[in-house]
Amino acid sequence: MANLKDLSKQKVLFTGGHRACAGCGAAIVARQVMMAAGPNTVVVSATGCLEVVSTIFPYTAWAGPFLHSAFENAAATVSGVEALYKSWIRQGKYNKKLNFIAFGGDGGTYDIGLQSLSGAMERGHNILYVCYNNEAYMNTGVQRSGATPKGADTTTAPVGKVKKGKEQYRKDLTAIMAAHNIPYAAQSVVGNWRDLTSKVEKALSIEGPKFINVFQPCRLGWSYDPAKTCEIGRLAVETCSWPLYEVIDGQYKVSKPKEKKPVTEFIKMQGRFRHLLKPENKALLDDIQAIIDKNWESLLKKETCFAQVVSPKPA
Amino acid sequence: MVNSNIVARTGNEAMAEAMRQINPDVVAAYPITPATEVVQIFASYVADGLVDTEFVPVESEHSAMSACIGSAAAGGRTMTGTSSQGLALMAEMLYIAAGLRLPIVLADVNRALSSPINIHCDHSDTMMVKESGWVQIFSENCQEAYDNMLQAIRIAETAKIPVVVTTDGFIISHGMERMEMLSDADVKKFVGEYKPENYLLNLEKPITIGALDLTDYYFEHKRQQIEAIRNSKKVILDVAKDFAAKTGRSYGLFEQYKMDGAEIAVIAMGSTAGTAKVVVNALRKKGVKAGLIKPRVFRPFPKEELADALAGLKAVAVMDRSDSMNAHEGPLCVEIKAALFDKGVSKTVLNYVYGLGGREIKLEDIEFVFGELADAAKGKPVSRVSYLGVRE
Repeated sequence: MANLKDLSKQKVLFTGGHRACAGCGAAIVARQVMMAAGPNTVVVSATGCLEVVSTIFPYTAWAGPFLHSAFENAAATVSGVEALYKSWIRQGKYNKKLNFIAFGGDGGTYDIGLQSLSGAMERGHNILYVCYNNEAYMNTGVQRSGATPKGADTTTAPVGKVKKGKEQYRKDLTAIMAAHNIPYAAQSVVGNWRDLTSKVEKALSIEGPKFINVFQPCRLGWSYDPAKTCEIGRLAVETCSWPLYEVIDGQYKVSKPKEKKPVTEFIKMQGRFRHLLKPENKALLDDIQAIIDKNWESLLKKETCFAQVVSPKPA
Repeated sequence: MVNSNIVARTGNEAMAEAMRQINPDVVAAYPITPATEVVQIFASYVADGLVDTEFVPVESEHSAMSACIGSAAAGGRTMTGTSSQGLALMAEMLYIAAGLRLPIVLADVNRALSSPINIHCDHSDTMMVKESGWVQIFSENCQEAYDNMLQAIRIAETAKIPVVVTTDGFIISHGMERMEMLSDADVKKFVGEYKPENYLLNLEKPITIGALDLTDYYFEHKRQQIEAIRNSKKVILDVAKDFAAKTGRSYGLFEQYKMDGAEIAVIAMGSTAGTAKVVVNALRKKGVKAGLIKPRVFRPFPKEELADALAGLKAVAVMDRSDSMNAHEGPLCVEIKAALFDKGVSKTVLNYVYGLGGREIKLEDIEFVFGELADAAKGKPVSRVSYLGVRE
């Protein structure tokens, strides 16, 4: 694995000059993923913040090949690119070794793009799908998505006189991806470059479909000081609100924080959760803490239980 | 001239055979009646190692066209097939394929759109996406389906415009006919090797495809696309000329059948043109100066050429196998009238919407149309828009 000094010397594949907000986590994801992937990487992106801020014609922030077609289909589009590559390799028309990476936000991945993502994973394309997960539709102005956590304030599940933000729990997409029995699924975070780059390197060293769900603070939608993006990402991990783990061939490997902090440490820094700190919303806050505790415990159980299961060697 | 093999094939088989002989780099497709066989037969070619194609059995038509866009943008010769609801689900991606100027070829088996759900032929699916920026070619029979597919790949790659070739659901797709096939080697020579100009997998010249195009560029890019569609007419004719030189089978933007000295004519697309030819033959024997115009290329619409062909007629009947839901007439009729208007030709144009949801169109139906046309030509009052063969 490369160290920070090596990474800083690499050719920049996601360049500056793009139009992302100050403190944008998605741009950090793109830059670090591309650092780990290196040249000879073909990028496909779903419509969303990342595509919008990085490719305003006639400019592009992508030094290598980049393709965007629509919102719900990054996985299907990259499938076609990878299929052509396989066809050309088989026909002897091409000889370079390439990585194929698709980026999608949580809207384009958890919701509208779930079908095409599931199809691509089931078909077994040699691709890495990276979800930059900021837990809402940020590009259109902070609407709730399937990734939005319970209690968060968004423009389509706002905090009002009778409602207290989103009423449902977020879906566990990483588990859904792991249930496709792909060789590699993982969660990572903005704020831990070593974790993200090493997971990307590991994923790209494995043949077949890979998925990394990167938790990405959004200063606009989450309403916090832009300087705090990485700190908030790390707090999500330290409170076990967003555990870092890998599922490699069905085996779980969880990165445990030294000390599990209460979720309020994570929540109190963000405007989207401001209302949860009011005394009258204590029951909701308790419920959020309870579900985090349950999910964390369940994840640790998966790690120990699945360790005893031996996977058969593929034919 | 090349040697031809005489075979018996259904429309779906003919299209699949054409795809096998073209040997695309990638086919991404999803099953749908009545087009399922096209990709099913093609999958068997892949399984038997008869093609070099990477076949991507996607989970929806939307993903089929998305994967085709990925493949074509990456630099590959790319094909697919679908019908009806599948084409409708693809609609978003059809526009994007055309806007990105990707030379994808799609075999579409015309079928009615829901609702009500129906699996039989009409042209509402193809008409739904007539503004998507694809070249649209209609086929009268299995031979034309095969010939059009071979020409489509060259048209697409030369004009940098995707092309859809259609047959009529069940009528052509499942009807077996005598037809002539070229040898594999002759097809290989005719379609040539595809050499993309700019493509994603060219690491020597990395490009961004599908950039965000705002108020300062979008219009210029769309204008270029519009110009390319205009210019594609010549490409279509050039490819047809080369095809005729090799096979003896001539194609144009439309076919004129017994139009010499014709006073009245029917305009019909797809399989109905075949039925109409039988009626025209019978009428000509009786001394009626009847003819037929069969538009082959609906997009780009051969406006000036059709207006010229119609100029000398006394009256015209336009047969539409779908309706525009514009509360006046079918889509082909709208185009014909616009063409005549711009030419300064005032003419009696009757519109017959027929065959929706696979309702059979018989010889008597077309005889009836010619009967009304003859009346209209004599100045008798005839309804301008009729729904043929419907109970009401």
